[in-house]
Amino acid sequence: MVLLAISRPSLASEATGNGTENTITTLPIVIWKWEEIHFPYLVALWVLVSWLCKLVFQLNPCLTRVIPESGLLICIGWVLGGIIYGADKVQTFRLQPFTFFFYLLPQIVLDAGYSMPNKLFFGNLGAILVYAVIGTCWNAATLGLALWGCWLGGAMGNIDTGLLQLLLFGSLIAAVDPVAVIAVFEEVHVNEVLYILVFGESLLNDGVTVVLFNVFDAFVSLGGAQIDAVEIIKGIISFFVVAVGGSLVGVVFALLISLLTRCTKNIQIIEPGFIFVLGYLSYLTAEMLSLSAILSCTFCGVCCQKYINANMDERSVSTVRSTMKVFANGSETIIFVFLGISAIDPSIWVWNTAFILLTLLFIFVFRFIGVFLLTWILNQYRLVPLDFIDQLVMGYGGLRGAVAYGLVLLLDENKYKEKKLMISTTLIVVYFTVMLQGITMKPLVTWLKVKRAAVSERTLAEKIQNRTFDHMLVAIEDISGQIGDNYMRDKWNNFEEKWLYWLLMTPIARKSCDPIFNIFHKLNIKDATSYVKEGERRGSLAFVRNESKADVDFNKKFGADFSEMIRDSVPSVCLDMHEQDLKMRESEDFDAHHLLQQHLYKGRKQHRHRYSRKHLEVNKDEHEVQEIFQRTMRSRLESFKSAKMGVAPPKKISKHLKKDQPQKVREACTFSSFPLVFITILLEFLINLNLSPGLAGIVNPAFMAEMDTMDPMPPMQQIPSWLAEAEVDSSNMVPSQRAQLRLPWTPSNLRRLAPLCLSTHSNDSFLLADSPATQEGISELPPPPPPQDGQGQGTHK
Amino acid sequence: SGSNFSTITVCRELHEMGFHVSHSQITRLYSRFTSLDKGENGTLSREDFQRIPELAINPLGDRIINAFFPEGEDQVNFRGFMRTLAHFRPIEDNEKNKDPTASEPLNSRTNKLLFAFQLYDLDRDDKISRDELLQVLRMMVGVNISDEQLGSIADRTIQEADQNGDNSISFNEFIKVLEKVDVEQKMSIRFLH
Repeated sequence: MVLLAISRPSLASEATGNGTENTITTLPIVIWKWEEIHFPYLVALWVLVSWLCKLVFQLNPCLTRVIPESGLLICIGWVLGGIIYGADKVQTFRLQPFTFFFYLLPQIVLDAGYSMPNKLFFGNLGAILVYAVIGTCWNAATLGLALWGCWLGGAMGNIDTGLLQLLLFGSLIAAVDPVAVIAVFEEVHVNEVLYILVFGESLLNDGVTVVLFNVFDAFVSLGGAQIDAVEIIKGIISFFVVAVGGSLVGVVFALLISLLTRCTKNIQIIEPGFIFVLGYLSYLTAEMLSLSAILSCTFCGVCCQKYINANMDERSVSTVRSTMKVFANGSETIIFVFLGISAIDPSIWVWNTAFILLTLLFIFVFRFIGVFLLTWILNQYRLVPLDFIDQLVMGYGGLRGAVAYGLVLLLDENKYKEKKLMISTTLIVVYFTVMLQGITMKPLVTWLKVKRAAVSERTLAEKIQNRTFDHMLVAIEDISGQIGDNYMRDKWNNFEEKWLYWLLMTPIARKSCDPIFNIFHKLNIKDATSYVKEGERRGSLAFVRNESKADVDFNKKFGADFSEMIRDSVPSVCLDMHEQDLKMRESEDFDAHHLLQQHLYKGRKQHRHRYSRKHLEVNKDEHEVQEIFQRTMRSRLESFKSAKMGVAPPKKISKHLKKDQPQKVREACTFSSFPLVFITILLEFLINLNLSPGLAGIVNPAFMAEMDTMDPMPPMQQIPSWLAEAEVDSSNMVPSQRAQLRLPWTPSNLRRLAPLCLSTHSNDSFLLADSPATQEGISELPPPPPPQDGQGQGTHK
Repeated sequence: SGSNFSTITVCRELHEMGFHVSHSQITRLYSRFTSLDKGENGTLSREDFQRIPELAINPLGDRIINAFFPEGEDQVNFRGFMRTLAHFRPIEDNEKNKDPTASEPLNSRTNKLLFAFQLYDLDRDDKISRDELLQVLRMMVGVNISDEQLGSIADRTIQEADQNGDNSISFNEFIKVLEKVDVEQKMSIRFLH
């Protein structure tokens, strides 16, 4: 503001030259510049306010369980609208159709397409098209005709309308709305087939809606007399052109996006942005050609998702996903808030009880009739017929929403004298479906015991078996000589693998897009991140030894080979430990790592490698921890005692050293990427502690277990090889001063890894942090206690 | 030869097996059977199946062909042909409330899973060992996956399913790990009329 104020005087002086009334007499320090920025400011403010509304009702969770979010947002919209109306006496803010169709709807549709479960969608595409096309036409026709009949019968009083206008009204209110369906169904979690049918219908019926709207609008303009067979045939042709053309535009843009992501390897920073821009362009292009924009955007998302997810880096993919959700959800929120605000405007309300009530009734009734009829026909051809309960829910789930409202606002008042009545009716219908049907959807679904979505995660076994089933079915179809769904699907898959992958995917992506490998990879990453979280929660990360089943054999492959292996075995790991760090410090750290890996306390994390619920034995671990703790305490006491009595001879150690051989390898984890992950974690940790290279094998003697007193616990019998090799000079070993002076008194403190430098002043980060406390300790440092045999390790879990 | 075959007889036999199939379906499948039967002796051999071109590029083609032939035999007649195909019929609602003492129909969930299980378990020891799993995986997965990765996938799969720790998957474990999969739908095809 200050800068602007400072720059203002120069403008002001020019202005005075032009003779405007912007004359100033003194230098203004701060100027109120509302007029210049009020438009973007208002936009941003409204966005903020709408999103804050979401926050408001999250404060009361009981409310959100009963009323769907969309309903609550509409209510808040009413409140806000009331406030504004009260302040301004006129509704200054309304949902403008242009804003809705061009700034708020595209991202919702793009998100719907991008996150569409493709296999399910295309598997049920026939049914979806039947509902979308035939169902919507049925709804529109029956509603229009029924209203016309009632109008003719005089039930509505004197309204200036006609058959064509009522048919138009029917067509715009007949369509199931994608925004409303998403808003209500996402909270209800019905089974996936039911969901995809309703959702797919809501997306694909836009083709029909657009055509019907334009056709009837044109007919109304032409006037009833000029409608003859030619025009009707043109109407039908226009349907095909609009629907198929819109889809083709979407597919073309999907191809463009896929090709583009092939080349954006070096501009990963902006890679996600292309999806949004091109998706939006597909919407606008279709709109420009008067084709179905929603269909275009949907198919763009649907067709490109597989290829861009494979081509782009994992970080870009998650960026795209999250950003899409932000935009889509944000738009949805704004739409519903404004649907509420727009209602508080007396100028648009024209009340005609009969019209409104009849519309509501007919919408409801004809929806159910349509669904039952069509499903009965479809069930003759479906493998798994839709049962009655599902049909009920599908009928009930025919929600109308903002698209209808946007369309009705587009009507020309001069042609449609009853536009206000239609707007009012549309608003009432939208409120009814979103709020009433939204609130009752969940209880209805529970009461009818509708089959719900399976919440379980996919296991690898299931995925493999699904593949097996697919191949089996194709083979049986071939043997029995029929051309069925599976045959077609198989043919498409072969075509895709042969041509499309080569065209649209990078060579690397082609290699790793196998679905079984993908789910294996995803499960590994999930395990790795939960392992890291678990480890961090307990204070530090454990070190893992997995020589036996490691696909990467660290005994042999050091140095340059290692980075190759990283790249090959795991495409990219989402953890923060990055390959870049590794490459820089390869050789030294690998030696360090190797030694540490072999000799550090393995501890109970060994049990946890499997990450299977059946094998997790927590109690055993706690028992181990206690043992370790007791043992350590005992050894500390011993060390203090012996410090007073003099240094114990080191040869005690060598005897023990020869006795125990490197532990036989325990059952180690079986994931090939696990060693990688732990190595990175370990290295990162070491690097942070500024370990100097040659002294990797350090141990905190205070933490070492005493051989004699301990039970023969397998992990503890490992002797560090550096201890075996080097001539043990106990004077070189400085126990952690912190540990000496301040005994850790809980197992959690015990677990901190405190590796030491083999020198008299320690680089121990914990020590440095605690330096004031240990100053006095340095002066009275007792001679170092004999390094006890056994394993040293400070940390685990 | 084919002329002795009465489809009504076959129909009755299949109904006894629990395979309720319509006349027209049997007729169509019988004509397919005879078209495959180049030797015209009323039975099919493995070569007859292998002549179907698409089966050659199917990863599980040979194993499925094997499934048609009973233990140790090299020829399958129409009854056996239909018996194998019966596994793939969709489960109808009206069959669910059948007489519990009757034997389980061929297209029950358990029998479908048994068919799938036997695709893996070639040596018929009622266990899918790691090697058997690896063989199937290698056939189904792309050539870009290395052997080590494949081994890890196989290990992980066994670990997911294995409950008694014998490092192989028994039939019960197989059923258990697939309990959430909609086998009735995933392993059915509509036999066209």
